[in-house]
Amino acid sequence: MLTKRIIPCLDIKNGRTVKGVQFENIRDAGDPVELAKWYAAEGADELVFLDITATNEGRKTFAELVRDIARHIDIPFTVGGGISSVADVEVLLHAGADKVSVNSSAIKNPDLVSELARHFGSQCVTVAIDTKYTPEAGWKVYTRAGTVETEHATVDWAKQVTALGAGEILLTSMNNDGTKAGFALDITGQVAKAVTVPVIASGGAGSMEHFLDAFTKAHADAALAASLFHFRELGVPALKTYLKEQGIDVRL
Amino acid sequence: MNLVIVDYKAGNVQSVLFALERLGVQATLSSDFETIKAADKVIFPGVGEASSAMAQLRARNLHKLLPTLQQPFFGVCLGMQLLCQHSEEGDTDMLGIIPLQVKRFQTDLKVPHMGWNQLENQQSPLFSGINEKDYVYYVHSFYVPLSEYTIAQTSYPEPFSAALQYKNFYAAQFHPEKSGPAGSQILKNFLAL
Repeated sequence: MLTKRIIPCLDIKNGRTVKGVQFENIRDAGDPVELAKWYAAEGADELVFLDITATNEGRKTFAELVRDIARHIDIPFTVGGGISSVADVEVLLHAGADKVSVNSSAIKNPDLVSELARHFGSQCVTVAIDTKYTPEAGWKVYTRAGTVETEHATVDWAKQVTALGAGEILLTSMNNDGTKAGFALDITGQVAKAVTVPVIASGGAGSMEHFLDAFTKAHADAALAASLFHFRELGVPALKTYLKEQGIDVRL
Repeated sequence: MNLVIVDYKAGNVQSVLFALERLGVQATLSSDFETIKAADKVIFPGVGEASSAMAQLRARNLHKLLPTLQQPFFGVCLGMQLLCQHSEEGDTDMLGIIPLQVKRFQTDLKVPHMGWNQLENQQSPLFSGINEKDYVYYVHSFYVPLSEYTIAQTSYPEPFSAALQYKNFYAAQFHPEKSGPAGSQILKNFLAL
């Protein structure tokens, strides 16, 4: 059986791991390579590294870091942050990344998704969607690290990028991110139902039950968390053992 | 041992190099006809789209060389599919080494088939030390059905070829270089063939 994936996410700034609470108040949570090795050994199924460095200098550092990560870990990983061209992706895949995730640049230029799929194959193109619910607008897609509302309804956008060649959707609910109150089950479920590609639930994980809900109630294919894992509030082995006991197929 | 990884700009070459490095093995990257021909063993990685990969192989004249190789050869992921006759991906004629067809998943399940899935019914020294139902990492939208050349299978939801062997040509649909300790063992087994 194909298993549900548990994915620790590492936000990277200047070569170090950070995690914002609701994308603000960044705290330092360690060395990315050490953390990556530790997660791989613990049984994480994949890792995601998001570069939140904005400068060109930082970009180069990130590509070097990607190489260093690829050298040391034997599980797949996705990298994202500031990717806006085929050339950007070439550098990261060449450094040893398995997949790339694009977010704001896909909104700015949706053709980028099809261009990347054509060049590298859909299997390495993840589209990250930051979504936020307001009573007035419903679930809308946000851009620029979740600061700017777009005209896209979340489910429509997910369908659109899938049609363009996205191989996976990483869906982060801004309402839930950092709250530890659980994943946004309604929108995750709607997106998982609407698209034919795998969906990663992200934002809000605070307990083992939240992961179970993401898989059973929202039909997510994978679930992602950051600080919960980084600060050892929840261990990957304990989480997977729990999920297995609850009848979820996981790799143990 | 002279181990060569075929470099044709369509492979996850770096990941394979690093996986070998973790096993303490040095490999040469090459697209050169003579270098590949002279290798003791050849690894043929691949990710991406079938017709572009075939175009890259043709541009280097490797479509003529690869079928003639006699040494142990290991195709990985798209590298496995390229060894077959034809792929539904872009209606592409492949290298034609193994007389099999590559098909697109027709299922209600999510495609790409992405993540960790189980090996079953392994029948090759390539899998020595690997248990029935051990997990390996997959990411693909096209597959090779079961055949007389299948040496391991995985189900999604129907069983398909997880690995093939035809003469000296071994191939895996999954990514041994990304499959944790089980993947490392499979690479080690290939090196020991």
